[in-house]
Amino acid sequence: MEAYISLFIKAIFVENLALAFFLGMCTFLAVSKKVTTAFGLGVAVIVVLGISVPVNNLVYHNILAPGALAWAGFADADLSFLRFLTFIGVIAALVQILEMTLDKFFPALYNALGIFLPLITVNCAIFGGVAFMVERDYSFSESVVYGIGSGIGWALAIVALAAVREKLKYADVPDGLRGLGITFITVGLIGLGFMSFSGVSL
Amino acid sequence: MASKKEIKEVLFGPIFANNPIALQILGICSALAVTSKMENTLVMCIALTLVTAFSNLFISLIRNHIPSSVRIIVQMTIIASLVIVVDEILRAYAYSIAKELSVFVGLIITNCIVMGRAEAYAMKSPPGLSFLDGIGNGLGYSVVLLTVGFIRELFGSGSLFGYQILSLVSEGGWYQPVGLLVLPPSAFFIIGGFIWVLRTFRKEQVEPKD
Repeated sequence: MEAYISLFIKAIFVENLALAFFLGMCTFLAVSKKVTTAFGLGVAVIVVLGISVPVNNLVYHNILAPGALAWAGFADADLSFLRFLTFIGVIAALVQILEMTLDKFFPALYNALGIFLPLITVNCAIFGGVAFMVERDYSFSESVVYGIGSGIGWALAIVALAAVREKLKYADVPDGLRGLGITFITVGLIGLGFMSFSGVSL
Repeated sequence: MASKKEIKEVLFGPIFANNPIALQILGICSALAVTSKMENTLVMCIALTLVTAFSNLFISLIRNHIPSSVRIIVQMTIIASLVIVVDEILRAYAYSIAKELSVFVGLIITNCIVMGRAEAYAMKSPPGLSFLDGIGNGLGYSVVLLTVGFIRELFGSGSLFGYQILSLVSEGGWYQPVGLLVLPPSAFFIIGGFIWVLRTFRKEQVEPKD
């Protein structure tokens, strides 16, 4: 149990997808002008990461990994070179299914998430989370914890950035820095803040 | 065949006038983490330029046969296949670099530059020009990345491409390395500064007040 808690905390703070690995930066910078929209996107990312990391974990360990096809009689097959193609397909399909399910059964949530859901397919945070899961060889239960934890970490980072940017509107920024430039520097400063967690050993 | 002027514009436009990172906010995702060493940065730049150029070429070749409702999936499949090729080549011939770049090679798939150029340019332009557009945008990305990598490696650890340029204090030299530059957040400060410099010289890129 303790191992899972430490993995969870590590995924949120120490190895924050957005601030330590720069994943999902495009949406991170583009959709962080308002706290409410940032929060909506954050929730969507938590949901998609929480589902797609475990699902891809199952797909990888039962179909793609070297020797994984033993149950079908192909004990020496190694399909791991197909992993990128498979993962991106699984993520795209999951997002599509999630979108349809939400539309049918939870219209309120669907409307709140709106355009963010389809955008998430090309969000590198999702793909990055899945790739890290494979590289670090997580088991199924670990991948559930890691998926949700890293999603929460990303959501936390984008909400923090949106809050700072809302306040920054009142600041008098030099012309050349206005908009994108100052946002980069803000992200750098938030990243430095998060670096202080890296000394925490769990 | 397109005129010379058009070719020049497509190839060199994205480097400063319409830089994918500084102006279009594309492709920042997977890039920043690889800039702490010039060697990794260079490999990443070459990989991305090749993938962008060839995905543009192939998508442009079949652009009239792709139904618009499934175009994203088609583009994704082409890009992912190209990235698999790049990844396998890196693993075969440059294993240590592939190990260090780890997941970031795979992340070229979701790099918005590749996708964005396929969608915005290759879907409506002839193959030759699309190929050049891919190379141009890859170069624009490379210029920013190599600048960041150069500053980070030279001042952060006193070396370039792994060769010691400035002798470090810890090894009896005179240069005290800037530890901050080795840490990931420094890439943000450098890109922020890069954008500032670029926009000081090109006033038309300054964002309007809201």
